[in-house]
Amino acid sequence: MTDTSTREPRHFARMFVLWLVVAGVADALFYTLAGPHVPPGTMTTSAKDNQFDFNVLLVIALPVLIAVWIYMGYAIVMWRSTRKGVAEPVGGAVARGNKGVQFAWIASTSTIVMGLFVFGTVALINGAGSGGGEGPNPVWSPNSKAPLQVQVIGQQWKFTYRYPSFGGFETTQLILPNNTTIEFHVTSLDVTHDFWAYQLGVKADANPQLDNVAYTTTRETGSVTVRCDELCGIWHGAMYNYGRVISPAAFEAWATATQRASVANTKLLPPYALTYVPDANGADGGLYPTNVDPYSASEVYGAKVAAS
Amino acid sequence: MSLRGRLATALALFLAVVGLALWVVFGFITPTTPTTDFTSAQPAGSPVNLTIQAVGAIGFGPHPTWVSYLVKTPAGKWIQSTIWKLPAHTKVNLTIMQYDSGSPLRNQIWGQVAGTQGGTELLNGKPISFYNSYGGNGVGHTFAVPAIGLVVPLVGVPSSAPNICGTAPCTPNYAHNVIKVSFTTPSAGSYSWQCFVPCGLGTLYGNGGPMGALGYMGGFLDVTA
Repeated sequence: MTDTSTREPRHFARMFVLWLVVAGVADALFYTLAGPHVPPGTMTTSAKDNQFDFNVLLVIALPVLIAVWIYMGYAIVMWRSTRKGVAEPVGGAVARGNKGVQFAWIASTSTIVMGLFVFGTVALINGAGSGGGEGPNPVWSPNSKAPLQVQVIGQQWKFTYRYPSFGGFETTQLILPNNTTIEFHVTSLDVTHDFWAYQLGVKADANPQLDNVAYTTTRETGSVTVRCDELCGIWHGAMYNYGRVISPAAFEAWATATQRASVANTKLLPPYALTYVPDANGADGGLYPTNVDPYSASEVYGAKVAAS
Repeated sequence: MSLRGRLATALALFLAVVGLALWVVFGFITPTTPTTDFTSAQPAGSPVNLTIQAVGAIGFGPHPTWVSYLVKTPAGKWIQSTIWKLPAHTKVNLTIMQYDSGSPLRNQIWGQVAGTQGGTELLNGKPISFYNSYGGNGVGHTFAVPAIGLVVPLVGVPSSAPNICGTAPCTPNYAHNVIKVSFTTPSAGSYSWQCFVPCGLGTLYGNGGPMGALGYMGGFLDVTA
């Protein structure tokens, strides 16, 4: 065997230095230039937390990606078969692996994954669920003593919203006050939907007969896009609406006016509850063999009086 | 059979299968309802008069028992079409002939008139801003364009009426309600409209069948600049 160690350059040292420089520059550029624009923005605390989490993930992922690319590029340039002086791969002991490299790879990837697990868990706890649906009994709640309750009701194919602190009126508009902690209660009257208020950083499944709670605190005014993010039928793609975060004074005026305008219809709605029985009306939901439906109050959301 | 013959047969069969698959796929994804053009029915800027009817059973076609909307073309002919081409930023005077019976709404919010001029609808000539679906004849259907906030509840006719229309297009001789609203079309775009009364009988939550098929209980406002 020929001893080539004296003639081989220090490949890994070269690659490491190259990686360190490129990854450092890429991370710095990404964090300062792209970071502030990463979705979902900074309209709420959960959106801001989500943005920070995404930035952390990308700042960690970029060096990994760059390491792979640098190794590939270095190998193509330095160890290509047409390069003068490069021996044909022949196998043998040197081709079986390098324990140092293997250990470094396993240790670094394990550290990254476990580190991100801890980071994600801490972010979830500190962010009071980070805007995600926490089910009917939230483990993590914000510190606010008087959050504004807003109920989100999914139905094929539209979200509607109830405001229990304003007489329980229901509307197709999602209007929220700024600088306020919002306690969303998400449910459904039929199939499973998913309430995804993109700029709010809030996303919670809307399941029939289940109260799914999600928190966030608004910190900027602006427009919000709400989409259903669970394939829920033929018009799923049309199940969206636009909401707004406005000043607390403007919200108070809007809510009071809407409460007044819809008072007659609100009286026909069921008392505010965290879930409703999502059966059907005359179409009778499931099978319809008899064409007979007594319209019992338990079957119809909002029914107070059985139809004659 | 020669090798060339077998190859030709295999190729022909392959093309036939591919053609059939393409026919099925495109037949499924392309609208089966014609588009009715209301952009040139009146002088530019003038209101569009749109007249539609809701019937309990279409009475013809592949699904004669399905509930359906029909539209009156500018030429005055009733056709089964739920894609309507309308000019942008134009007032639409919508008349709905409601021939179907009603029931309580799953969600009474759809009994609230919204997005119309004045926030009301004319029900047989009488203005209303909402309708209690638990009383009277209930609500048969709604005409709703969610993207522009338009909701028009269509009060049902008595299910015991002796002259319920069973085959479309229905004529005013049958029991019906006349609902009139005006609204303004938004900027150019495609806006889906639908019914919020789950009237797809026999389907999950009543929202399958005609509720999920173009040409029956849903369609598009094809708004052009």
